[in-house]
Parts: sequence; C-alpha cells; structure tokens
Amino acid sequence: MTVLREILSTSATRIFASIVAGFVIGSLFIFFSAEDFIDGIGAGDAGAAVAGGFGAIADGYSALFRGAVLNLRADGLVDALKPLTETIRFAGPLIAAGLGISLGFRVGLFNIGGNGQMMFGILWGTFVSTRMELPFGVHVLVAVLATILGSAMLGALVGYLKARTGAHEVILTIMLNYISIYLFTWFIRTPELLLDPSSTGSPRAQAPLETARLPQLFPDTYSVHAGVFLVAFAVWFYWWLMERSSLGYQFRMVGYNPHAARTAGINVERTYVAAMFASAALVGVGAAHQTLGLETGFTQSIHAGIGFDGITVALLGGGNAIGILFAGLLFGAFKAGGPQMQVIGVSAEVLGIIQGAIVLFIAAPPLIRAIFRLPALKATPALDRLRARVLRREPEDVTS
Amino acid sequence: MKLELRGMSKSFGSVVANDNISLTAESGEILGLLGENGAGKSTLMNLLYGLYQADSGEILLDNQPVSFRGPGDAMDAGIGMVHQHFMLIPVFTVAENVILGHEPTGRFGALDLEEARRLVREISDRFGFNVDPDAVVEDLPVGVQQRVEIIKALARDAKVLVLDEPTAVLTPQETDELMDIMRQLASEGTSIVFITHKLREVKDVCDRIVVIRGGKVVDSRPPDASLDELASLMVGRDVDLSVNKKLATPGEAVLSVSDLVVIDERNQKVLDGVSFDVHAGEILAIAGVQGNGQTELAESLLGLREPAEGTIFLAGDDITFDSVREVLDKGVGFIPEDRKKDGLVGEFTIAENFMLNGYHQAPWVKGLSIDMDSRLDASNDLIESYDVRTPSAETHVKNLSGGNQQKVVVARELSRDLKVLFAAQPTRGVDVGSIEFIHEQIIATRDRGIPVVIISTELDEVYALADRIAVMYRGRIVDIVDPSIPREELGQLMAGVVKESVS
Repeated sequence: MTVLREILSTSATRIFASIVAGFVIGSLFIFFSAEDFIDGIGAGDAGAAVAGGFGAIADGYSALFRGAVLNLRADGLVDALKPLTETIRFAGPLIAAGLGISLGFRVGLFNIGGNGQMMFGILWGTFVSTRMELPFGVHVLVAVLATILGSAMLGALVGYLKARTGAHEVILTIMLNYISIYLFTWFIRTPELLLDPSSTGSPRAQAPLETARLPQLFPDTYSVHAGVFLVAFAVWFYWWLMERSSLGYQFRMVGYNPHAARTAGINVERTYVAAMFASAALVGVGAAHQTLGLETGFTQSIHAGIGFDGITVALLGGGNAIGILFAGLLFGAFKAGGPQMQVIGVSAEVLGIIQGAIVLFIAAPPLIRAIFRLPALKATPALDRLRARVLRREPEDVTS
Repeated sequence: MKLELRGMSKSFGSVVANDNISLTAESGEILGLLGENGAGKSTLMNLLYGLYQADSGEILLDNQPVSFRGPGDAMDAGIGMVHQHFMLIPVFTVAENVILGHEPTGRFGALDLEEARRLVREISDRFGFNVDPDAVVEDLPVGVQQRVEIIKALARDAKVLVLDEPTAVLTPQETDELMDIMRQLASEGTSIVFITHKLREVKDVCDRIVVIRGGKVVDSRPPDASLDELASLMVGRDVDLSVNKKLATPGEAVLSVSDLVVIDERNQKVLDGVSFDVHAGEILAIAGVQGNGQTELAESLLGLREPAEGTIFLAGDDITFDSVREVLDKGVGFIPEDRKKDGLVGEFTIAENFMLNGYHQAPWVKGLSIDMDSRLDASNDLIESYDVRTPSAETHVKNLSGGNQQKVVVARELSRDLKVLFAAQPTRGVDVGSIEFIHEQIIATRDRGIPVVIISTELDEVYALADRIAVMYRGRIVDIVDPSIPREELGQLMAGVVKESVS
C-alpha cells in the first residue's frame, strides 16, 4: 500500500502537470488520427496535413468544451448552460464512487468492487422504488437508504471475510462483482422479482415509481436531479469523517500503521469491516444518484463502470474531499462532452486515453518529474525502506 | 593494513551527513568510532564500503588511494564489515555461509565444500573462535553467529575490519569474548574500526577513540579519558551520567504476574512460568539479553497476546484476558520497545500521535468529532512539559529525531491516568540528552507512587533505574536481585548461569 499512499500524497502541482500532460497526449492522438492529416499525408501535402491535425485538435477540444461546460452557439443563456448541468449530472456518481474508493485507500484497502456494490445497492433500491408503495417523500427517502445500505452491506461482507479468513479484499471484491452483477441480471429477468412487466425485447428493470424518484431540479430544462444534494452531502460527510471524526482518525491510523493501531487498543479487524461498510456506502450514494432519478427502465449495464472510474477519480483526487470533487467533475465533463466530439468527427475514445494518461502520470511520479523537471526526489518512506532493505539497517535519523 | 580517510563529505539533499571527516586507523590498531545515533557513523562506513559514493574526499589503504563502486570492490581491497544485523542465511551451515558469494569450485563447477570447511576450521583454530563448520547457523547462539560474520570477513582476507554496533545483541560475557577476539586480530596486524555509542566498551578495548558529532570529527581521545568527558564530547555539552534517585519507598503490590506461560505461533514456550510482583513506588527492571521472552511478556501484559496459563492482576483486578483497549483504560501505561512500529504513526502529526490511544476520550475527542482546539491546547502543553523539540504540534512525527519521537511516546503515556507504567527499552536509539530526560521522568513517575516495570537489555540503564532487578533467561525469571549485585554476577545470570545459593 506504500505506493498507493505515495500516489495519494501527490502534490497539487504534480496533479495539475499530469492533467496538462494528459491533454497533450490526447492532442497527439487527435492530431495523428485526424482525417485532414491523413488525407494531407496521402496527397503529399505536409502543410495541409499539419494544419489539418492542428485544426482537429482545436475542433475536438472546443467541442469538448461546448459539450461539457458552455455552449456558446446556443440560443440564450439557459441553453448555453446546459452542458455544465450535464457535467454535474455525470459527475455525481463518479464523485460519490471516488469518495468511497478513496476512503478504502486511506484505510489501506483496495476496494475494486465498486461496480458490484453499486448493483447490489441498486437491487435493493429498485425493489423499494418499484415494488413498494409509500407516500411521496418517505418513498424516495427509503429508496435512497435501501440503495446505500444495500451497497454498504456488500462492502461490509468483504470486510468481514477479510477479517475472519484473511482473504485479500482485491480477490473478494472482484469475485463479488460477478456475483452481484449476475444476481441483478437474474432478478430483472424473473417476472416475480424485478422484471419490468412493460418491457419488450431485452428484459430490464422498471424506472422508479414517481413517489420514489429523485425530483428534477429544473424540470424540462436540465436533467440534473436531487441526487446532486446527496453527492454534495457525501463530499462534506467524507471530509468530516476523514479529517474531523474520531472514527476516521482510527481508519487513518489503521491505514498508516496497523501495528501501532493494535497497540493503541484498536480492533483492527473490526475497523476493516467498518471501513469497507463506509467505503461501499459512499459508492451506494453514486448508485442512488445513477438509478433513482431515471424515468426509463434500465439493465445491469446501469453501473456504467462507475465503480472502476471511481478508482481513477480517487487517485486523481489525492484522497481529499475537494480533490475528489474536482476529479469527478473533470471526468464527468469527459462523459458529458464526448458525444459532441463525436459529432464533429473526433473519436470520443481519445477522452479515455486522456483519462488513462492522467492517472498514469500521477501513478508514475518519477516520469512526470522528469518531464516537468520538478525538484529531485526527496526522501520518501518508500525510498527509505528500499534503502533500508538494501543496507539492512534502519535509515539514519538525519534530523537529530 | 593502514586505513586512512581524508576529508570525506556526503550530503543527502540539504542534510550534511558527513562533513570533511578525516581519520586514520594504523595497522593493528583498534580505533573506536564513538557517536550518537544520527551522528554520521554509519554513513561514513557505508562510504568506506562502497554503498554510497562520497561527494568529496578520498580513501587510502596503506597510503594508496582507492575507490570502490560497491561492496565487492571494498571486499577485494581487504575491507571486511560486520553489520549490526547479521547477513547470514539461517538454514545454511557455517561453511556454506562463509563461502557465499565466492564459492570455491572443483571440476565442472561443483561446489568444493571440503575446501570451505577447511577454511573455516583454519580461521577458527587460528583465533580460537571455536566454531563448527557444519553447524547450521540458526541453531547457533547470537554471539557465535557474530563470529561467523567475522570469519566471513577474514576468509576474504580482510585486513581492515569494521564492526558496526557489534555488541547490541550480545550478553556481557559474549561482549567480553568479542573484545578478546578483537585484541587478537589486532595483534596479528588487522586494523579494526569499532563503531559504537557505548562509552564503556570503547574504553575497554580501543587504542584510540574518535568522537563524531553532527557529521564532524569532534576530537580524538586516548582510552583513559573519563566516561563523563567522552559523553560530553559525544553530546556537545556537559553530561552527568549518574541518575539522582532517592531510595524507593515501596508500597503494596499493584501488578501481580503469576505463573505466566505463553506459547508462540511456532508452538514454542516463549514464557515459561513467569511470576513477579511490582509494588507502588518502585522500579522493577527486567534485565536480559534480547529475545529471552521480554517482548512476549510485554505483549501478554497489554493484551496483544493470550497467555496459555497464569494470571495477571492489576490492583486486584484480573486483566489476564482483557483486550488492549480495556488494559489501557484500566491504567496501564505502555512504552513499546519498537516505537516506530508500535508506538507511533510516522505520517501523523505530533498532536495526532498524542491521541493515539485516547481517540475515544477528552481532551482529544468530543462526541464523534475530534476536538481540534482542545487537542491543540493539550498537545502544546505536553510538548512544553515533556520538552519535545519541534517547530509545532502539527509537525509530522517521522521528521523528528529518535529522542524527540520517544519523548512524544513518553509524554502520551505518562500524561494518562496510570496505575502502572510498563516501559520496554525506553531509551533505545535515543540521544544522551533525551535519555537523561526520560530517566528523570520515569523516576518522577515512581516517586508519584506509580509502580514501574522497565524492560532493558542495557546494563547501564538497569543499574541507573532499578530498585529491584528481575533477570530473564529463556522465558523464565531466573532470579530477582538487588541492584547492588556486581555487573559480572548480573551478566552471568543473564547468560543463564544460576548460583547455587539464592541470595
């Protein structure tokens, strides 16, 4: 976990540099894959090829901006702002999942079961939101809680199995992803369970009943719904839990040094269960945001890989609430702006490349330091330990 | 062989570990290199051994400049190093360990173990090491393992032998034997650099003592320099090594351990019927060579380890099977022997480390939240009253020196409402100034009527603090003696030699 901890303590400068580098890599792909560039090369006209490449970069990124932030070609301010609200809508589940995964990281747990935890929460949430009848207000509240608790329970199971049997959480979460997603598939194929009776063709789950739906904030104008408040609350809650609460302090202690935690009277195994519960609960907030605002039915693909994207959000966010908020917004913008890029003929896959490159740069600090000539490596715990292993001695205390 | 270092400097970033160090060890001389942890001794030796490259300076062997790109070069040039932590393969025999890395081979590259055995026997006989080439290393006592390390160096024709803190793991008897070996090697022309922070040892064996402080050579002294003089040079100010301590006024027994038996993960009986009482207002020191059950005793007391038999009573309350949380809350103060592993979270700030085991109570926590203001106040108070040298309470503990780190642990434990204090190696790896301070605090705790148990492998510490000394050997307390016992007798008890008549 040392490397992970080092990645999470990446400085803001380096994160910014990584984002810039990610966009530069993206530009290269756009440049060389641009039709005008290829045509220009084919025609032997280098000037036209280069101009075409640069043109594609400019067009691509301005389309991204238009699709994700502000549409200056729209009629009126209301329409111009729509892309921003779309970004916020896409970012919501990413932020929530990022918070959950990040919480795990800080306790020394690699939770890669976000997708499975989402689906398990959605299973419960869908049951409550489509098969129960409750008054408006109460219904949506119960549905949200059912989703979050459903997710949290699957997380707690991972923590319990880890504490009880010593099984590694990575294996457990991968396997539970399959179990959970196929379980959901079976539920939506079975009429007595969650199959939407009105569905034709491929089986799907029903959209939440109106009483259980997270209300639209600007009906008919924007598609953001009340889920953003859930996410905003989750961001605050994560900050309070990890930076201000006694429980979060115990989480961090176990993450940094389980030996010292045990000596300080902490039940480390129970802490793993609690941390996995909390991690999955935050992922569950994303699940609630993802499904309970829907007006149409959905299938098991509703998780949209958010559990995995949450890992990249957590890494880019550097473990702190505000960082994760912005990381989620960035990747949400990619999701919102992708279609616009495609419309003008720049493949949206380049956004995946940018996303991957950013995380790679953060996860490969020496590389980024070399590219941007950042100050040389200072002593890090990982480096000290490596040195200690080579020299078979404790690193000397240079401060004494 | 004569070893000379001239103007050696080495920096790590902005930290100067070695600053223009020059020293000479004549052929056949035993040179003591005395300095506190972090003074730069180890860095200097790593430069000599080719593990680090010096920023400037040169190394001369018999007046010829040499340069090493790695330990291999250094060994080839005749430099042998015995590290504090042995570099032996436990499951190999002595002979196999000695030839590791330069194996003698016969036809078709077959290993010539007979040649290896002969080599070991020859060196062992020449210096009276008494080591069996076919013994498996893990079965040997620590002192003998160290001799294997020395044989390893000599087998590669080491003419300069560097011993890095070699006595840390030895019993007093083994230390004496090691010193005999050093004298004998020196008499045959080997120059020896003896690195240590133990004053008594350099005085006993060295021909000359070079004191290093803050990466610089401070002075060179003959072995008849006084202990106080050497200590002052090492620390950089006047040091009074004696601990002022009033006579103990023991009250009733507060902590009672009876017939404690602990079986470890490998099914070994690591504690074998340990019993002792500790009274209010006294310091009981548990002396013994490392690895004789002291760690397990501390762990069972704290609740980290479940004893198989026996009981532990704290003020009449059975705490044998209590959880760590319960034991701490009942008033057991605990200073673990490995502070970096068990006592502190390096990445946490000082304030966060102060609340390490008080994360559920005032002044650290209010309701579910950390009480930030109250924590800062309480931390600043502790920093001041325990003399922690730090820019602020928000400094990360890993950036403090060993002494200041230990003061953080001591402050945390002593500031709690204690019924008994249990301190394992309270001054290991700590500078002399902090040792003085920590000893004072421990005695002050005793004088407040709180019973104190000290686990220590350092005889100086045992004599400085103890009102009674319990000696542990192979999981048993072989005797509980008065601190007036002579060092030699205590040393024999630590080696498991029990007198016929119990005093």
